[in-house]
Amino acid sequence: MAAGAASGGSARSDTYKAARVWLLLPSWLVLICLVLVPIAIMLVYSFLTKEFRGGVIWEFSLAAYDQFFCSRGLFGDEPCTIEWTYISIFWRSIWQAGAATLLSLVIGFPTAYFIATRPERVRPIWVFLITIPYWVNLLIRTVSMKFVLRDQGPLNDFLLATGIVDDPLRIVNTNFAVQLGLFYSYLPFMVLPIYASVERYNFSLSEAAADLYASKWATLRRVLLPAVKPGVIAGCILVFVPSLGSFLAPDLLGGAKNFMIGSLIEEQFKGNAGNWPFGAAASMILLTMVLIILLIFARQQARAQKGAG
Amino acid sequence: MEKSAPDTATIAVDVRDAVKRYGDFTALKRISLSIRDNEFFTLLGPSGCGKTTLLRMIAGFEDVTEGEIFLFGDEIDTLPPNKRPVNTVFQNYALFPHMTVTDNVGFGLEMLGRTKAEARRRAGEMLELVRLSQFAGRKPAQLSGGQQQRVALARALAPQPKVLLLDEPLSALDLKLRQTMRYELKELQRETGITFIFVTHDQEEALTMSDRVAVMSSGELQQLGEAREIYETPHNVFVADFIGETNLLEVSVDQIAQGRATCHLGGGHELTCDAVEGIGVGAHVHLSVRPERLFLSEAPTEAESLPGRVRDNIFVGTDIQTIVDLNEGPRMTVRTSNSARGARRVFEAGSAVYVNMEQGAARLLVD
Repeated sequence: MAAGAASGGSARSDTYKAARVWLLLPSWLVLICLVLVPIAIMLVYSFLTKEFRGGVIWEFSLAAYDQFFCSRGLFGDEPCTIEWTYISIFWRSIWQAGAATLLSLVIGFPTAYFIATRPERVRPIWVFLITIPYWVNLLIRTVSMKFVLRDQGPLNDFLLATGIVDDPLRIVNTNFAVQLGLFYSYLPFMVLPIYASVERYNFSLSEAAADLYASKWATLRRVLLPAVKPGVIAGCILVFVPSLGSFLAPDLLGGAKNFMIGSLIEEQFKGNAGNWPFGAAASMILLTMVLIILLIFARQQARAQKGAG
Repeated sequence: MEKSAPDTATIAVDVRDAVKRYGDFTALKRISLSIRDNEFFTLLGPSGCGKTTLLRMIAGFEDVTEGEIFLFGDEIDTLPPNKRPVNTVFQNYALFPHMTVTDNVGFGLEMLGRTKAEARRRAGEMLELVRLSQFAGRKPAQLSGGQQQRVALARALAPQPKVLLLDEPLSALDLKLRQTMRYELKELQRETGITFIFVTHDQEEALTMSDRVAVMSSGELQQLGEAREIYETPHNVFVADFIGETNLLEVSVDQIAQGRATCHLGGGHELTCDAVEGIGVGAHVHLSVRPERLFLSEAPTEAESLPGRVRDNIFVGTDIQTIVDLNEGPRMTVRTSNSARGARRVFEAGSAVYVNMEQGAARLLVD
């Protein structure tokens, strides 16, 4: 396939070669300036020495990575043992982001399915309605969420007034509050890709499944989900990855106990108290981890595809 | 249609007074028909006539606004599609793209609770029946249209449905393949003994394959009968016009005697044909004559002969169509077989001829 495309291209290369270079230039510029260069800067900074008022001293150092992985006692003179503080923050972040992704999927999938099955001319209206809340600043939305969820907030007022609970539910400053916050922050990123793939879905496949004695559940699991899987995967990645590095929701809704990577990194760059190399190192570790997770996932997908084929 | 109590032993599908409305629009206007067991039954009509709606109502994809549908004596119109022992071959095949051919064919059996092994074994048998065994491991996208079509057939037949519903299954195939598949479908129906209900807008398909045909138009049943009967004795203008080619002539009935009606058409031409119940003297109606039942001659013959002038000859391969303008009358088409045996003289454009009708060829129609 690739060879065929290449040879097909070479036949016309005289005509198009020059044009192709120029036409691809904008995308190369974007990739280089906005992706490769920033990552390179981050990588370089993570190996520099910290300046105490923020910023860096241009001197090679592994101190940032050492601080992340190694515990060297109170005075920093003992041999390296594993430092759990940051690893456990990472672990909690993965868990929180995973839970938020699952929550988004459980709510987002039916929503997307609902929109995609409306008459064609009202679908854009539904999509528009989904995106409206996201025109409001993320900070304001997250703060409002805190007001809704707090002990004397409207949610608890309602639950108390209707007698569903006797004491106000303590939601703010729990893991669940963070998950709710992340879920609400990124829900459209789940809904929109799934909507796009369900809209392309051939609904006569569902009819065929029902015709062949499949229950609604079996139709969903055996026919609809496999057909819209690309949209579901895209949605999960688009929610999981930003959730993992998010700091607004954990800061505002989680309180001090529910620290996440995003907050950790944020603190390294805030004001004069930060540690830029450490922040850069943590970012690099986060980036590497996300890439590894995605790679494992992609490999598994490829294997599953091969197994079925 | 006659509405005697249907014999449940031989009636596969019994549709009673079925009505389908979408808001203000009525897609089916009170249809009743009985489809016999082991029959190749065709619902034929132009697009929008309600034939697919009726099929989908039998399959369970559309609910019945009014009326009932019985399958071998059991009322099924309130059951969801997955509880009805009928299977469908869809117009676009609707094969599951992520499953292999074998898994597609075995899907129904798996859903019926058979073991995976048994489903695979039966799928293998079905693929043999449609001669696709060597493609068992492929995905649908790797097959041609004709092969996909046969997979869809195998998939629908695998659970051994009591009735097989086919929704224009041949319309996406090219002409040559379509003709082969017609024969194969008919064979398959005979081999399996399953009742086939076939929906098509192609009258040739309907005539070549069906035991019986129901002609539908704008949500109504126009005529139901054997293919030959529908072709040769259409009940009304719609059926005569839709099935095959015909000369439709406007006539008025002058007199009726001894079961024969004398009619005249424009230009002072007169002819007699069998009288039809419901058409009396003075009626302005249509008369249908199939072009292949007309022949040309230089002089009047003993048959009904009408004088005219040849306008054009059109060569269509198997035969020659001659367009004749009757003197001061309507235009007619005459079909002459293009064979040495059947060849009659070809009259050049402009020559004066007589258009003759075979015995019983002309038929009066209600509108």
